[in-house]
Amino acid sequence: MDRDPILQVNGLSKAFGGVQAVLDVQFALLRGEILGIIGPNGAGKTTLINLITGFVRPDSGTITFKGKNIRGLQPHKIANLGLARTFQVMRPYHSLPAFKNLIVPLNSPRVRRTRAGKLGDKDSVAIDILEEIGFERDARVPYKTAGSLPLGYLKRLELARCMALKPEVILCDEVFSGLSMSEIASMIPLLEKLQMEGITIMMIEHRLRELFRLADRVMVINFGQKIAEGIPEEVMEQEAVKAAYLGTGKRK
Amino acid sequence: MAEKGKRKKRMDRSIKVRCEGLYAISSWREMGYLALPRLLLIAGLLVVPLLLDMYWQRVLCAAGIYALLALSFDFLAEYVGLVCLGGAMFIGFGGYTSGVLNAYFEWPPLMTIPIASVAGAVMSTLVLIPCLRLRGIYFAIVSFMLPLFSVYIIIALGLFGSTEGISALDTFPNIWAEQYLIIGAIIVALFGLRRLVNEDIGLIFRGIKDNDQAVRASGISITAYRIKAVFIAALIGSFAGAYLSHLYGWLGLSLFAMDFSILPIAATVMGGMGTLVGPVIGAIILTPMSEALRGFGQLRVVLYCLVLIGFILYKPEGLMNYLERKYHQFERWEEV
Repeated sequence: MDRDPILQVNGLSKAFGGVQAVLDVQFALLRGEILGIIGPNGAGKTTLINLITGFVRPDSGTITFKGKNIRGLQPHKIANLGLARTFQVMRPYHSLPAFKNLIVPLNSPRVRRTRAGKLGDKDSVAIDILEEIGFERDARVPYKTAGSLPLGYLKRLELARCMALKPEVILCDEVFSGLSMSEIASMIPLLEKLQMEGITIMMIEHRLRELFRLADRVMVINFGQKIAEGIPEEVMEQEAVKAAYLGTGKRK
Repeated sequence: MAEKGKRKKRMDRSIKVRCEGLYAISSWREMGYLALPRLLLIAGLLVVPLLLDMYWQRVLCAAGIYALLALSFDFLAEYVGLVCLGGAMFIGFGGYTSGVLNAYFEWPPLMTIPIASVAGAVMSTLVLIPCLRLRGIYFAIVSFMLPLFSVYIIIALGLFGSTEGISALDTFPNIWAEQYLIIGAIIVALFGLRRLVNEDIGLIFRGIKDNDQAVRASGISITAYRIKAVFIAALIGSFAGAYLSHLYGWLGLSLFAMDFSILPIAATVMGGMGTLVGPVIGAIILTPMSEALRGFGQLRVVLYCLVLIGFILYKPEGLMNYLERKYHQFERWEEV
């Protein structure tokens, strides 16, 4: 692949007290690809996203987004550059109707700047985004309070909030977790569509089969360190990855 | 706990559903259903002064001040997620600014009140900015200490008449101007805030309350929006303070009294958190009640606290949420 990196991370480290959550991680996210991040629980995957998006300050390392160093910027500044993220534990605005949840990102400086004149009615833009992301099955769902929506819709709402930002990169933190097989099956085309539209996606995922259908490359993290990177099938054959996932003991 | 073999069944008046959104303007009946409570409130506020004697008219003015403070408290607590106990600071900054402008420069109240509202709000906001990173109880504690802080600065530096205060400020021309100014302000603030919380900026405020991390991930600076929210609340509070100093023609350290921070909370809890109109009604009930108990002196604070505890224990939803439910639903006993 000869695409240029849109996001470049070098020597990124973060320790929480004595726990080394992320240690000297280095990778590049190429424009237009889907990069899967896998690793056992507690490997530092979510921390990695938190570090990139500015929610947690790194101890050392550089993060370059579109040639600009974004380390140390406030989270909202980073989001405004076009780097959106979802949260593993969904963070909807419970008290607002689902479509009003999107009014918040639609008011960000980024959206105002890029589509200021032709934006039109924000409510209808929000409804359009929700329809695009799969709320269309029941016309009344977008008007329900977010706090009353089932999990599947909340996951979609997380993604919708990113899409409303019109980002160039989306960092997805386990968008499939807790979803049924059929819900996942309907999410996959959605992510493929985002990729077709030119959005670069980095996704943390535990559902490997689904991830491998989507991802162009995967990166494996264990104990905060990158242990492998490459095409999904090859990566899973590596001994270090097998050890991290299945253990080094004698079971099976 | 009710009669044996029966239970209370609550039914929604179907009209409520029909009144949501655009459908509300489909018939006069539905429009009337929505407008009635609002018109009742406005008419009530406008008529009440005509029914009172001189003494209770003055009490109503004081109640209006508490109502504005309660509104600003409710707005910040329920729509922005900042529990601000700095009502006394808003009153103090607004009151001192307008009083000083009036006493030293002899500007008329018509000028000092608007200037002091804005200046007081700017000062309050500036003082609170460093605390905006704090959340929940920590913000509450700091905002509660700031008025006390201000009192000691004024005493220590001997500013503005120090402990004596400044008297003989201009007052309002007559009792009617006094009353209708504050009633007008309450109506404007109440309906203005109700409108605001459903506008885009209000939705962002509510987003910050529900989930500030998600707001940051959406590219919006929560600090900038919290500053805007605090300014709006402080504007309402400082107006009340400026009004107060001209109402009594006097300014002094009691503008920073704890009452201004505490009674609004009692009024809000009593009226119904998050309803905006509830706190106004709560203040209009509580203030005359505390006035009637003036003979007990500081024991009045005990009264607020009892009301507060009583409502938290027995009617945590508050008056307005209760009334609203009754308006939208009817109940009947049915056989089990």
